[in-house]
Parts: sequence; structure tokens; C-alpha cells
Amino acid sequence: MSFSISNLACARGGIPVLEGVSFTLEAGQTLLLRGPNGIGKTTLLRTIAGLQPAAHGSITPGADQIAYAAHADGLKATLTVKENLRFWADVFGCDDIEPALVAFNLTELRTRLAHNLSAGQKRRLGLARLLVTGRPIWALDEPTVSLDQESVGLFATAVAAHCRAGGITLIATHIDLGIEAEALDLTQFRADRQSEDHFDEAFL
Amino acid sequence: MIALLIRDLRQATRAGGGFGLALAFFLIVTVLVPFGVGPESAVLARIAPGVLWVGALLACLLSLDRIFALDFEDGSLDLLATAPIPMEAVVVIKALAHWLVTGVPLTLAAPALGVLLNLPQGGYGWLVLTLALGTPALSMIGTFGAALTVGLKRGGLLLSLLVLPLYVPTLIFGAEALTRGLASLDNATPLLMLAGITFGVIAILPFAAAAAIRINLR
Amino acid sequence: MSLWEYANPKKFMQTSQVLLPYFAVLAAVCLVIGLVWGFFFTTDDYRQGATVKIIYLHVPAAMMAINAWVMMLITSLVWLVRRHHVSALAAKAAAPIGLVMTLIALITGAVWGQPMWGTWWVWDPRLTSFLILFLFYLGYIALWEAVENPDTAADLTSILCLVGSVFALLSRYAVNFWNQGLHQGASLSLDEETNVHNEYYLPLLFCIAGFVLLFVALVLLRTRTEIRSRRIQAIMARERLG
Repeated sequence: MSFSISNLACARGGIPVLEGVSFTLEAGQTLLLRGPNGIGKTTLLRTIAGLQPAAHGSITPGADQIAYAAHADGLKATLTVKENLRFWADVFGCDDIEPALVAFNLTELRTRLAHNLSAGQKRRLGLARLLVTGRPIWALDEPTVSLDQESVGLFATAVAAHCRAGGITLIATHIDLGIEAEALDLTQFRADRQSEDHFDEAFL
Repeated sequence: MIALLIRDLRQATRAGGGFGLALAFFLIVTVLVPFGVGPESAVLARIAPGVLWVGALLACLLSLDRIFALDFEDGSLDLLATAPIPMEAVVVIKALAHWLVTGVPLTLAAPALGVLLNLPQGGYGWLVLTLALGTPALSMIGTFGAALTVGLKRGGLLLSLLVLPLYVPTLIFGAEALTRGLASLDNATPLLMLAGITFGVIAILPFAAAAAIRINLR
Repeated sequence: MSLWEYANPKKFMQTSQVLLPYFAVLAAVCLVIGLVWGFFFTTDDYRQGATVKIIYLHVPAAMMAINAWVMMLITSLVWLVRRHHVSALAAKAAAPIGLVMTLIALITGAVWGQPMWGTWWVWDPRLTSFLILFLFYLGYIALWEAVENPDTAADLTSILCLVGSVFALLSRYAVNFWNQGLHQGASLSLDEETNVHNEYYLPLLFCIAGFVLLFVALVLLRTRTEIRSRRIQAIMARERLG
């Protein structure tokens, strides 16, 4: 299992943000994506997840191997914790949601409505979803927002377990997660917007 | 896919899910009509088929913007787009859920409202039949409209503007089949056309709606 | 030299700049000839009197109302298949023109109908179809206006145009069916083709040609405006992000 991106360019709202992004990750590796606000971390992750087409370059393997977690957790307020997780488990064809509940310390909350969860608890439930997808590559966008110290620890443990099992993790974050991992600063890939050959080129 | 259907139905029946809202709207519309046109039984009986069809159509329209907007806001739609279900299937399930939550109750409640409007004897079977045939088309067309407007801030009004003209053929054939059935005329043609529209939109629109959602998520 | 080269905005701007005046002048000439001839140098109809002369506005406008939608359908398909921005912008440019043509057809129809049928509006299949077409135009334009990202808007409106075309045809059939069902034998529809004889026919041809040329000229003009506004947006976005 390996994950590689070569010479990737992506755009947001028709405006190129990143170009020439290339890296390769082997099984068990974690990569932290860093860079100032607006550099295109979310755009890159959405492109990797297959939600928007790459302007250029290639990503292997394709989006069907990637579990994506965004800022929003995709929870339904009127369903319980268990129902929410059960739904995603069914969608991804996973039978057992107990390990995911345990990993993020949600067992005691299982019958509570998502509506009544705190922000951090919601986030933990959103992250627990990753465990039921059964996909080898995680693409996570600011996963630790609103998590307390202890929960960040749970998250780090989950990522470590995922990597030990041969998974690959990509994390876009500003916060120090206490995870031993390489970091990649995206600033170096900032698209050159003055160049003539993209950016609505036909209209200039 | 079944999981998605169960989730949507469960949500609709919980507090704030909007289940029954369409039904209440349908009831109020039919109750208001006699206030507008007068209580004469003969007049009401004459316009009952049209009023019932238009009322059902408007009630369907009411909940369309919820189909995708809620999933879009809380991020589920992004996650569904990356899930191993084709977007076309998601669209069909969403339309099916909408039909089960609005179309089916409307169809079942329509005879009771028909009584309020002095719908002539012998029309009740046709009423249920035409609505049962036509409301799936209303849900599917509406789902397509909802897919087009999913990314918009104030999409509700635009959604009605886009969807209502698309409802014209369904309404015409539905109401016509009912009217002819009431008059004991041969209504095979409008019934077949109504069924044709329903099956046609179920066959074609999921692809258009799925394309629209992918574009909106981009 | 392929046709698609004209889909490049620069090439399109150059070519349309040359063509636009010719189309505008030809349109004006045809319209003046057709309308003056039609209005002042034809005899009054024995049945309809001078009212018949509304035909010179009504028929060409109605034709262009439909043709504009067909053009939007074709350019939308070109955009979806080949991703030429000019094509999408041409569809956007044509929509308000089509809307106005539909409106002209409806209003002249009402003005014509008043003395003929004694009422401004009847739910005649033809009139009703145009009313529905009017609603389709409104929805299409509203969707263009509502979506911020121009490429997203182009994609969504193209899909709407495709689906809308199918439903417009279906509505046409449905409306025919519906009215025939309700008012059997009482159809007030005026079938122009059977009414018009040679005296009215030639000026009408000029008017139709004039409307076609006018439509082309307006579409060129509006497409040029759309391209310029896209260019301004692109420049401003570049300045902002620098």
C-alpha cells in the first residue's frame, strides 16, 4: 500500500491555489500538511477525496480508497450516537461499530441524541466514523478542532493504530497533535497566479 | 442504500423532521378553497379534482428544499459523495424517502379531503390511483430541482420557480385522468401518459440530479 | 481551420467585432422594409381588418422565442461536451432575448386576440405553451443569476436547459391534450399558415429575416458584454490575490 501524488494542481472557485504538489507515502506513514490560512489545505484534501477534479496531475490510488473527514461531521441532530455511526457503518459495509465507539470513548453516550452532544463529543463521533469506513487512507481536515487534551490523545492513539495496521494518514492542521510525523509545508507549492497559462487564461 | 432510506425516514419522523407538515398544508389548502369560491356543492364538486391535485402538488413542493439542503449544511452530502454508493442511487433514495414521507400520506389522505369538497361518488378510486401514479414523479422532479439549488443560500424560492414549470405535464395528465374518470369517460390515455412521465423521470432524472450535485459540491 | 477556433474568446471578440455591424445594419434594413411594407402597403383583411397586421410582429417574435431556446440548448450541449466558455456565455446572453421575444409574442397575441375573440386571453394551447415557455426562461435566467461561480452556473443552467427542453416538449403535448379535452370543438386557435396569402407573405418573410438578424446581432452584442465582464472578473481576482 502506498499513496502518491504527482505534479498535482488544484483550483478553488476557478482560481488556481496549488501547483506541482508531489509526494509519496508508504504504508504506516503519517503526513502533516501545514501552511497559512487560505493556502489550499482544504482544497487539496477535497481534491484527494475526489470531491473536485484536479486541474492537473495524478493521485493514486483513487478516491475509493480514501476516507475523508471535513470540518463538518455529517451528524444528524435527531439521531442517537449509535444510529449515526451505524448508518455510516452500513454505508461502508462494516458490521461492528463497537471498536469505533470504544476508541473514541463514546460507549456511554451511545443512546444520546447527537443534538445533545458537546462540540468535542460531536467531533469524536465524526472521527469514529473513520474507523467504520475500513478505508486505508485517511484524509483529515483539522481533525482536532474543539477536542480537549484527553480526546486529542485518543485521536493520536487511533491514528497510530491505523498506521500500525498499514494505513496512511494525511492531516491538515495548525495544532501540535503530539504525533510523530513528517510535516509538509504547502507554501512552496503556491500557484503562480501571474503566469499566463492558467487562471481563466482565455479571458485575459 | 437501505441504510440511507432508513436514516432519512427516521429523521423525518423524529421531532422537527417535518413529517405531517405537508399533510397539514394540504388540509388547509382544501379547507380554504370553499371559503374562496363559496359553499355551493355543485361548484365544489366540479372543481374538486383540480383543487385536490393542485393542493397535493403544492404540499409536495413545500418540503423539497429539505431534501439535500440539510445534508449539505451538516457535511453529510460531502461524505456521501465519497462513500461507496453512486450519487445516482443517493438521489433515487432521497426521492423515494420524500415520496414515502409526503406523497404516500397525501395520496391516502386525499379521499378524506375529497369528501370536504363534495367529490362525486365513484371518483375516490380514481383520485387515489392518479395521485399514487403521479406523486412519485412530483418527488423525483422536485429532487432534481433540489439538486440544482443545493449550494445556494436562499434556494427555496428559486427552487419553486424551477420546479413548478416542470410540474405542468404531470399536473395536466393527473387532473385530466381524474376528471375523465369522474365523468365515466375513457381516461386510458392520460393515465398512461401519467405513468409514462413517472417512469420516465425515474429513469432519467437521477443522472441529471447526480451530475448537478457533483457540480455543486465542487 | 476548425470551427472551434471561434470558441476562443479572443478569436470570438475579433470576429464578432467585424460581423456585428453587418448584422445590425441588415437587421434594420429588413425590419424597416418588412414592417413599412406590411403596415402601410398591404390591404386590410376582409375578415380581420387592419388587425391582421399584428402578424408582422407576432409571428417572427414567436418563432424567435422558440429558436432562442433551441440555440440555448445547442450551446449548452457544446459547453457540457467541449467546455468552451464562449458557448456557455452565448447561452446566457440569448436567454433574456428569448424571454423578451416570448413576451412580445404573448402581448401581441393578446392585442390580436382582443378584437378577434373578444377577450385578451384564452387558454388556447398555443398561448398556454408560450406562457409555459416564458416560465422556463424565467427559471433559467434566475438560476444563472443565483449561482456565484460562473463555471458552476454554466454547468447547472446547461443541465436545466437540457431537462427543461424535454419537459417543454412534454408540456406542449400535454397542453394540446388538455385543452382539446375541455373545450371540444371550440378551439379559437388561428392557424396563420392557412390564412396568409401572398400579399402578406412577402413582407412577413422580410420581417422574419429581420428578427433573425436582430437576434443574431443582439446575441453577439450580449456575448461580447459577457466576455468582457468575465475578463474584468478574472483581472480583479488576479489583482486581489496577486
